[in-house]
Amino acid sequence: MKSGLSKRLEGLRSIGLGQALSWTLPIWAVLIAFLVGSVIIAGAGANPIQAYAALFRGAVGNGGLVATTLVKSIPLMLAGLSVVLAYRASVFNIGGEGQIYMGALFAVWGGTLLHLPAGVHLPIVLALGMVGGFLWSAIPGYLKAARGFNEVIVTIFMNYIAVAIVSYLVHGPMRESGWNYQSRAVDESARLPIILPGTSLHLGLVVALAAAVLAHILLFHTTLGYRLRMVGFNAEAARYAGVKVTLITVLAMALSGALAGLAGAVEIAGVQFRLLEGFSPGWGFDAIAVALVGQLHPAGVLLAALFFGALRTGANSMQTAVGLPMVVVQVIQGLTVLFMMIGAAVQHYGLWRPARREK
Amino acid sequence: MLETLQQLLWSGDLIYATLRLTTPLLFAALGGLMCERAGVLNIGLEGMMLGGALTAYVVALRMGNPWLGILAALFVGAITGLLFAVVVVTFRANQIVSAVGMNILMLGLTGVALRAAVGLSIGQSPAPTIPIWEIPGLAGLPLIGPVLFAHLPFVYLVFVLAGAMAFIFYRTTWGLAIRAVGENPRAAETVGIDVIRVRYATVVWSGIFAAVGGAILSIGYLNTFQEGLTAGRGFIAFSAIIFGRYTPLGTLLASLLFGFTDALQLRIQAFGVQIPYQFLVVLPYIVTLLALFVAGRSKGPAASGLPYAPGEE
Repeated sequence: MKSGLSKRLEGLRSIGLGQALSWTLPIWAVLIAFLVGSVIIAGAGANPIQAYAALFRGAVGNGGLVATTLVKSIPLMLAGLSVVLAYRASVFNIGGEGQIYMGALFAVWGGTLLHLPAGVHLPIVLALGMVGGFLWSAIPGYLKAARGFNEVIVTIFMNYIAVAIVSYLVHGPMRESGWNYQSRAVDESARLPIILPGTSLHLGLVVALAAAVLAHILLFHTTLGYRLRMVGFNAEAARYAGVKVTLITVLAMALSGALAGLAGAVEIAGVQFRLLEGFSPGWGFDAIAVALVGQLHPAGVLLAALFFGALRTGANSMQTAVGLPMVVVQVIQGLTVLFMMIGAAVQHYGLWRPARREK
Repeated sequence: MLETLQQLLWSGDLIYATLRLTTPLLFAALGGLMCERAGVLNIGLEGMMLGGALTAYVVALRMGNPWLGILAALFVGAITGLLFAVVVVTFRANQIVSAVGMNILMLGLTGVALRAAVGLSIGQSPAPTIPIWEIPGLAGLPLIGPVLFAHLPFVYLVFVLAGAMAFIFYRTTWGLAIRAVGENPRAAETVGIDVIRVRYATVVWSGIFAAVGGAILSIGYLNTFQEGLTAGRGFIAFSAIIFGRYTPLGTLLASLLFGFTDALQLRIQAFGVQIPYQFLVVLPYIVTLLALFVAGRSKGPAASGLPYAPGEE
């Protein structure tokens, strides 16, 4: 008879931890999600073929749109990587949204209060964003590891709190006088330069790619990453092997938060330049679908983020072309997550057959 | 200052609002409690509430009858519960992540359906609402009458249901079956309990309960629907179960605490106290977190969150 904890982890493995899932699974999940989505679109009174055609054209129809898709993918890449780091340690970080807000807040502080020479200012601003996310997510990490809280619930509540803090600040202390509810803009020296002239594509793309490489090295080529995955695979075994499970859990959550914070900082330094209420359209939640479709792997996350970035960009045109609201994206995302989970479970347990025997 | 505080706290309005705001929470929490005692974690309560809220609003608006709205919400709640059960009970997919997916899906679905049903004038048309039902004889009592006995019928109903659930859990074979399935499904099966069926039934019921909770928000209180209307109440309901230590009475008390917090923050806002509204709005979440912190570890059923395959050794 296994103990409760290791049995619980048995369940966690069914999200794709500690086993090789078929690489075609995400493709099937997305395809079926689009298929089911088409039924829903038809039910809403629109033509699914026209809708998807508009979606496709709106995402990659011309060079400018491709650049927009890339720009929209950047926060999804970083937030997706954030989710991967946590999930690899069996920590469900649903707090990406709040951590993005905290990262953006710290970045705006650094970009407006510090006045540093170009070349120094930007890295500091991005680092501050990571600090913001790190600190904010260390709280739920600690509550889970040391006090046994359900991290899903805690991170969700902390999202609401972070959004409220930012909302208060841009309405009050940080509000730029005479303007709408927004902060002052960050210094020129704190901004990410455009890397493709004539478009909005900024250096954040390179930051995201570098983060993916670093996340890969961290996860698969360092002791910390090994311990992190060990905790994710079987916390009890890790404890026997001398791994400080509590510390690793807090660290996994905090590092995950740092990446989400970086997503917020990059969005500030590359696109928004100032803090606005509700500046994230829900990247923290999109990131969950991105991470799962990316098979919890940094390279996979990059591809999945491109896909969901395209979805977000294309949804704009879909809205104007066939009158479907943007939230169709959420329908597709939610369905994708569900079908990924079903697919992973079927691969793990088999279809309609009893689960593998316990030893 | 002290006088303001007194006015703030010692008022029938506050108690009235507490009962009012506890009701949708408690509906969802009781539903969640049922399936959690059977071993299925339901973080999808939020999405299920949202589905119920939208359905009730659209049907009430189109049919001109709030009760038909409630009926439709019951139906949609059962369907959502059934779908969730297929995913996590039959396919044995991870309950937490699947529920997160479910919540994202419901947020999208309700948005699409709202646009399709009501057009661009989102949430502008008020739907017919459930009328207040004053309990004959009692509503006329001085002081407590208008505070306790002049509510929506669902307010009385949910407290009765909480009591009924305690009875079912601890005094009936059905309740014993639910608890057995949540604690040790293997043992439950050996004594002839159909684990899968019990889990299906409780998850479907949780969908129904949560949907009613959502429907009360849309056509009981607000007369309208907007995207993300439930604003985390499903998650608060989920926390109420943990804080209530997985018992009906505990869940009831926890829901009352969170309902009170919500009522209090609204009242402070109405009083015009100089606290930024952003901090008042998040007060229920902060209190929930503090409550969880104070409560310490709350042990759920042993088989909570674990998939089960029948016929295995």
